Amino acid sequence: MASRADWRPWAYVGPALLWTAAFFVLPFLAMGWVSLTAYGTGEGPTLANYGHFFANDSYRQAMVNSLEVTLAVTVISVLLAYPFAWFLAEIVPERWQRLGLMLAILPFWTSYVVRSYSWLLVLGERGVLNNAMTGLGVLAEPVQLANTRLAIITGFVHFFVMLLTLTIFANLKQLSPSYRRAAADLGASGLQIFVYVILPLTLPGIMVGAFLTFVLAIGDYITPQILGGGSELLMPQLIMLQVGRRGDFPMASALSLLLMAVVTIAYFACARWLKIERA
Amino acid sequence: MRAALKMLAGVYALAVYGFIFLPVAVLILYSFQATLFPIPPFTGPSLRWYEAVLGDRRLMAGLVNSVSVAVLSSAVAVVLGFLAAYGFARFRLPAQTALRALITAPLMVSYLVIGMGLLILFNATGVPKSLVSAGIAHAVINLPLSFAIIYSQIGDHHLYAERAARDLGARQWQVLVLVTAPMLWPALFASFFLAMTFSWDEFVMAFLLTRFETTLPVEIWNLLRSGLNPKTNAVGSLVFGVSIMAVLIIELVLVRTLRR
Repeated sequence: MASRADWRPWAYVGPALLWTAAFFVLPFLAMGWVSLTAYGTGEGPTLANYGHFFANDSYRQAMVNSLEVTLAVTVISVLLAYPFAWFLAEIVPERWQRLGLMLAILPFWTSYVVRSYSWLLVLGERGVLNNAMTGLGVLAEPVQLANTRLAIITGFVHFFVMLLTLTIFANLKQLSPSYRRAAADLGASGLQIFVYVILPLTLPGIMVGAFLTFVLAIGDYITPQILGGGSELLMPQLIMLQVGRRGDFPMASALSLLLMAVVTIAYFACARWLKIERA
Repeated sequence: MRAALKMLAGVYALAVYGFIFLPVAVLILYSFQATLFPIPPFTGPSLRWYEAVLGDRRLMAGLVNSVSVAVLSSAVAVVLGFLAAYGFARFRLPAQTALRALITAPLMVSYLVIGMGLLILFNATGVPKSLVSAGIAHAVINLPLSFAIIYSQIGDHHLYAERAARDLGARQWQVLVLVTAPMLWPALFASFFLAMTFSWDEFVMAFLLTRFETTLPVEIWNLLRSGLNPKTNAVGSLVFGVSIMAVLIIELVLVRTLRR
């Protein structure tokens, strides 16, 4: 075994550690410092940027919007994906499962920017959906679907249903069939087996997927920017506005760190399910 | 009862497939539109927008930039990740749990936040916006991924082959390059490919960290500013086609080798 004075292991882990320190830890420290300085003058340290966030209704509203949209997306995606993954894992014959799953995540491979854009084509005022509905006489005239919160949620759910189907499917396939047999032998009905055996056993997988959905959705700029059309601001849009319009890096840093804080809180809320298993 | 449930599940699954495919189907259909707007009625099929894409210098430059950034940043991520995984698997280090957590930490942070941090650091140190900056950012997010994948695959059973090589007179770098890396190649290949796809599709960091020369997602974003346009459909469909082909190739290569 290597002794403490041995330099060899550092030659292997050193580059990755240095890389992470230089391009991840250092930027964080820089961002933390900049968030404590005043815009324009650079004087500090001051908590003015954070104070401004909490005192300003429109800024707080962006955080509320982000939380509402992200929570809605997470819940809807799980509810849609679970039965779908269950169908793929339990009803579809074994030999077709791989194909079924690959098809279910096919749009995953379109460009992220283009995927949001393609929902504009569907939801736009003269888009496919409005066109079909008016054509069929369901609607007298087109309704506004794009540039609404509903559009943002639809775009997000589309992406995360695919992601959650993957994680939940993997989870369901890992369950040993003996649990189900044992429950059935003890007299449980199909519904009881699901509620008391399958669901609790797949809960960790659901939570990992839900956490991933939360983290990715709350930090995403593209989907709300393309599909929301400025109808309301979400946190990432607010952050980008600071950089784009005024070059207000102190405020952008403070808002980024506040977003980070929310993700960290979510992490601790789910931590008991998020133990990363080691082989 | 059971048959009815199966029916219901089947109908539900079809509905979800429909939801998943709807925007992509619309995207591809209207990329063949003959007129100026990608909205009903369909006027094609026409290839004029594909010609427009292939003749667009900015988009083609973005494509080349994206591929270069993806290949180079993924290579950096995989090499650093492989070395670190080897170090942690073969040696006992002080505070190794904390060090491993440090390397995987970027997985927990939004791309936007990492990009913002790098932008501020580069601004403060006078590093100009460029494709290199974007590549560095991509390697930051892909290193933890590569490390985690490769670390999970390095087993102690590889140790004997490494010892044997050493006994036969191989130098340490020869052991790494000629013995360890080839034994781990599915993990190396998988992490490289995964890193490539993440980098290839990444928008917000490239948007923040590049200026004149930029990647394809940012160029597509610039295209979006002109509103709905069949050209965007065409470039989106092309990206989709290329990605699907890549996935199929990977699938064939990996499945073949794993079966052997």
